[in-house]
Amino acid sequence: MLKYIIRRLLHMIPVILIISIVIFGIVKMAPGDPVGTNLDPKATAEQRAAERARLGLDKPLPVQYWNWLTRSVKGDFGDSYIYKKPVSDVVPNFIWNTFLLNVVDFILAFLISIPIGIICAVKQYSKTDNFWTVFSIIGISMPSFFFGLLLIYIFSVKLNAFPINGMVTPGKNATGWAHIKDVMHHIFLPALVLVIGSMASLVRYTRTSMLEVINQDYIRTARSKGLSEKVVIYKHAFRNALIPIMTIIGFWIPGLFSGAVILETTFVWPGIGNVMMDAISARDYNLIMALNMFFALLTLLGNLLADIGYALVDPRIKVE
Amino acid sequence: MSEVILEAKNLKKYFPIYKGAFRKRVGDVKAVDGVSLYIKEGETLGLVGESGCGKSTTGRTILRLLDATEGTVTYKGQDVLNASKDEMKKLRREMQIVFQDPYSSLNPRMTVSEIVGEALVEHGIYKKGKELDDYIVDVITKCGLAKYHINRYPHEFSGGQRQRIGIARALALNPSFIVADEPVSALDVSIQSQVINLLTDLQHERKLSYLFISHDLGVVKYISHRIGVMYLGTLVELADKKSLFDNPKHPYTQALLSAIPVPDPTKKINRIILQGDIPSPANPPSGCKFHTRCMYAKDICKEQVPEFRDLGGEHFVACHFAK
Repeated sequence: MLKYIIRRLLHMIPVILIISIVIFGIVKMAPGDPVGTNLDPKATAEQRAAERARLGLDKPLPVQYWNWLTRSVKGDFGDSYIYKKPVSDVVPNFIWNTFLLNVVDFILAFLISIPIGIICAVKQYSKTDNFWTVFSIIGISMPSFFFGLLLIYIFSVKLNAFPINGMVTPGKNATGWAHIKDVMHHIFLPALVLVIGSMASLVRYTRTSMLEVINQDYIRTARSKGLSEKVVIYKHAFRNALIPIMTIIGFWIPGLFSGAVILETTFVWPGIGNVMMDAISARDYNLIMALNMFFALLTLLGNLLADIGYALVDPRIKVE
Repeated sequence: MSEVILEAKNLKKYFPIYKGAFRKRVGDVKAVDGVSLYIKEGETLGLVGESGCGKSTTGRTILRLLDATEGTVTYKGQDVLNASKDEMKKLRREMQIVFQDPYSSLNPRMTVSEIVGEALVEHGIYKKGKELDDYIVDVITKCGLAKYHINRYPHEFSGGQRQRIGIARALALNPSFIVADEPVSALDVSIQSQVINLLTDLQHERKLSYLFISHDLGVVKYISHRIGVMYLGTLVELADKKSLFDNPKHPYTQALLSAIPVPDPTKKINRIILQGDIPSPANPPSGCKFHTRCMYAKDICKEQVPEFRDLGGEHFVACHFAK
């Protein structure tokens, strides 16, 4: 197993390199450059050229890529043009806000959806099942920004029960318990939108996966043993149904950090999604590259974790 | 022979057919349509018939793995179909089943010792520990597996070995009645004979009663004491092995038996070739269900359902003309 993990990690190096070349190419292909945002609009052509030379943007692309690569390997991701500080200082300020929002979504969605999915499968075509089917279709179809705005209108504007946006009340500067309560108050609406969206698909996944297992012959075997229905469903069926769900968990891990760009914009959540949007519109190359590489790495690690998880829950799969 | 251990009377199992947006019930597939049979202690009752005639459904309905639509099943004087949850749990120890497909009927995430031992723990016969392990090893060695197999998973075994796990699993609870639902049809011929011999050995040793479901007449002839022939959800003939093979009364049985290949190329066989296909069990023919394909059919066959009557010597047949 350890050998397998090490081998998979080594395999990631060429993959990451290829991803970095592709992203670098795409980012540079986009028209415009950061010089415009850095300088006074009235700057002369010479001033612009000087700025370009200072940022190293006048060199040929392969040289620029090589410079970026050698710097990055050493852990220096360069400075962000919009924040005027090193990228490695900018990212941590926002990433944990995104993580907080997504981890709340992740935990709640799994805790709620899996039992519901099981019930829907056990009572297929019942009223309960039909209700959650309709719920899922609505949840999947409704765009998060629209649903977010709807909730803001109802709960914040009309009922005044929750703050409209942000993560903390401006100027409050609360600490300790009061701070946590303030954040919880702010996180409620965005988290609600996220959880409903995640639940919609996760309930369906669990239901499908359970249904497939429930109709297997070995479930009939379990019943013929005289086991109670609870043991049949939770021990025999659910554990087997968990295998495909493991993959989804693997895919969600990068999402914990990259998360919900559109929703962050809707709720003005100070997360990495907002930063990413700003970075792209300002052609903040260093920031874009660092974030994209971070997400790529997380995706690869998530896949690896899903594969390892597979082997752990299914004795038929050997990772060799 | 000895006393009746299990009796089914007028057993019916209908599967509803739904149609349209509102899932309106438009009819039923009459998988089992009025089957009556009994099995004596230490006896094997073979159940034969072509695919889809309701053999497996009969077996599963008797064990209440499917809920019967109508009819009664009594096991040692106890009503099976109306037993409470607790009573049913006790009955499960007594009545076991060996499934057809040894590849899919074992939980892939459980080891052999878990598969065999789970029911023992669940029924409170053993607690997890050395005693249970010893017992599991005991059962699986009886079924032709070895001690070192207990911590392996089903996918690590061959088909024959898996069927042995299935048999060991059923046997572990020490039942007295086992439904063997085509236990050998997924295995190749040499393994079939091993598994069948295992089943007969166990029967002699433990006085087991079997309901042996199969479409292989040779296998059924070898293992059974009495044989029932099913057609489209009903029993058409039920008799002891000798009188059924030597003197079949129902035209369907006659046709079925004439289809057995004889290993002698010089011998001429009078094959009875039935015309047409098996009718749909959702819309079975009126009267005698076999009349659409029967060469002796008269008007009465279309109108009256033949009674399943005893011609003497426990030879039951459902035909107006059988004597």
